[in-house]
Amino acid sequence: MPKEIFELNEREVWDGNYAASQAMRQARVDVMAAYPITPSTPIVENYGAYVANGYIDGEFVMVESEHAAMSACVGASAAGGRVATATSSQGFALMVEVLYQASGMRLPIVLNVVNRALASPLNVRGDHSDMYLGRDSGWIQLDAFNAQEAYDLALCAFKIGENHSVRLPVMVHQDGFVTSHTAQNVYPLSDEEAYNFVGDIQPVDDMLDFSRPVTYGAQTEEDWHFEHKAKQHKALMDSRSVIDEVFAEFKKVSGREYKRVESYMMEDAEVAIVALGTTVETARVAAMELREKEGIKAGVVAPRVFRPFPFDMIRDALENVKSIAVLDRSSPGGAMGALFNEVSAALYTTPKRPLVTNYIYGLGGRDFAVEDAIEIFKEQKANADAGHITTPIQQFSGLRGPKLGFFQTKRGS
Amino acid sequence: MIEIRWHSRAGQGAVTGAKSLGDIVATTGKEVQAFALYGSAKRGAALRAYNRIDDKPIINHAKFMRPDYVLVIDPALAYTDDITMNDKETTKYIITTHLDKEQLVSEIPSLQDKKDRVYVVDCVQISLDEIGRSIPNAPMLGAFVKVSGMFELDYFLENMKRVLKKFPQKIIDGNMRAITRAYNEVK
Repeated sequence: MPKEIFELNEREVWDGNYAASQAMRQARVDVMAAYPITPSTPIVENYGAYVANGYIDGEFVMVESEHAAMSACVGASAAGGRVATATSSQGFALMVEVLYQASGMRLPIVLNVVNRALASPLNVRGDHSDMYLGRDSGWIQLDAFNAQEAYDLALCAFKIGENHSVRLPVMVHQDGFVTSHTAQNVYPLSDEEAYNFVGDIQPVDDMLDFSRPVTYGAQTEEDWHFEHKAKQHKALMDSRSVIDEVFAEFKKVSGREYKRVESYMMEDAEVAIVALGTTVETARVAAMELREKEGIKAGVVAPRVFRPFPFDMIRDALENVKSIAVLDRSSPGGAMGALFNEVSAALYTTPKRPLVTNYIYGLGGRDFAVEDAIEIFKEQKANADAGHITTPIQQFSGLRGPKLGFFQTKRGS
Repeated sequence: MIEIRWHSRAGQGAVTGAKSLGDIVATTGKEVQAFALYGSAKRGAALRAYNRIDDKPIINHAKFMRPDYVLVIDPALAYTDDITMNDKETTKYIITTHLDKEQLVSEIPSLQDKKDRVYVVDCVQISLDEIGRSIPNAPMLGAFVKVSGMFELDYFLENMKRVLKKFPQKIIDGNMRAITRAYNEVK
C-alpha cells in the first residue's frame, strides 16, 4: 500500500503523458525500468516522482538503454511483479529485440508507446512508424485517440495482459505531442475504483517461487519453436474475447465504452475513413461537417485494438460502404500502407468488396486538418458515384510538391 | 468553439499560460484543449501555444486554427511573427507592448485595418514590477479575462490560486497583483 494519498479531482486537465502516468500509479506498478525518450519522458519521470514521494510502493530501475529497460522489465515480470514502462521512436526500435522475448515468454508487461517518427531524418514529432514496427512482435496493441483514452486503456491493459488465458504483454499507444503534450479534460477514476478494477496481479510460474523452479526462454530449435509460436499466436487471437470482457467491465466502473473497432456515423455511411490515433477524431469533425453542409453520408471506422487485428469487426463495420479511404501515418517503404493492406484483406472476403484507397499522411508530425479529411472524403464520394476508383490507389495527403500516387485500379473503369 | 493562439518565446510561459487557462476554464464545466508547437525549442525561440474551449468534448486535434483571440506576450513578436495568420474578421488581438495602441498599430501594417480589435497592455513591465521577473503569461491572462469577458475577475483569481498552489505565497501574491493590474490596464 502506498504511504501517501494523491489528491485527485473528479475533473482534471491532463495531457496524455500525465494521464498515462496516473494510470501507472493507480495500478500500483511494482517495477518500472526505463530510459526516458521524447515525447514519452514525462510518463516515467512522473512514476519516478510518485515512488520518491511515497505515492506508490514501487521501484524505479535506472538502466543504460531501452534495450536494458525492456530486459529489466522481462526479469521483473518473470519474477512475478506488475511491470510497466514507456518509450517512443528510436527507443522503441532499440527495444524491439526484447519485445519479441517478452511476448514469447508470455510476460504481461505494459508498455506505453507515445508514437513518434523514426529517423532518419531526425524528428521528435508524432507518426505511427514505431507503432507499426511493433505489429508483428506478438504484443497486444491498444490505440488511444486522446488523453482520456490513454488513461482508460492503460488501466485496461493490465487487466487484459495479466488475465491467465491471455498472459501477453500489452502496448498502449498515444500520438506524440498531439495527445502526449495536449492538455484536455480527463475524468479519472478514484484510486480505489481504479485499483479494484485492475485487481491484484496473480503471477503464473513466477521465478521467485523457489519451491517450483521454472525456465524462461529455453532453446527449442525446430523441435518445438513452431508449436510455441502457434500457441502464442492463438493466445493473441483468443485474447479478443477477454478484451471485450475487460472493456465491458470498464464501462461498468467508468461509464465509458470501448470496442475493438470503433464506428462513428456508420449506420447509413456511403463513404468512410479508416484511421488510427487522433486522426480518428479529427476525421469525425470532417464527417459531421460534410453531413450537415453537403449531405455526404460520411463515417469513420477505427481499430481500437491494432493487434490482435480485428479482421472480423472491420469487415462488419465496412462491408456496406461504397468507397473507403484507409489512412497510414507511417512511411510504407515500398508497399501499400499496412493498415490499407489489412483492411483490404478483410474486405476481400465480403460479397460486395467495396472500393478501397490508401492515403499516406502526417509523417513526422505534419498537421492533419479537418480540411484534409474533407478532401479525402470528397474523393471517396467521387469514387462511389463513378463506381470505380478515380484516383491512384495510393496517394499522399498533406505532402508539398507535385502530387504523388501509385497504381491504378483494374476494376470497373 | 473559442480558439486562442499564443505567440511567445520559449521561457516566457505561454505553454503554462495556456494550460492554466485551460485548467480554470474547465472548472466552469467547459471542455478545453491546450497545446503548443515546440519540439527541441531553445529558450528564446519563437513558439506558439493554443487553446480550444467548447461546451462539448473537443475532438479536433489539428494544429490549424482560425483564432478568435491572438495573445502576443513578447513585444518583438508583434513585429517579426505572422500574428495575423489565418485570422477572422472578428479576431481580437491582445499585444504586450510599452507603446500606446496608436503607435504600435502605426508600426505594424497587418494590424492597420483591424485597429478596433487590437488591445495593448505592458505584461513585461507588470510582471517585472509585481513578480520581480519577466514572466508575461500571468498578466496576459488578466488582460484576456477583461477583453473576453469570459469570467469575473474574482472567480479567475480564486481559481488561479489553486493552479499556483505549489508555489511560495510571495509568488502567488505577485501573480494575483499582476493579473489584477493587467485586467485594469489593458486598453
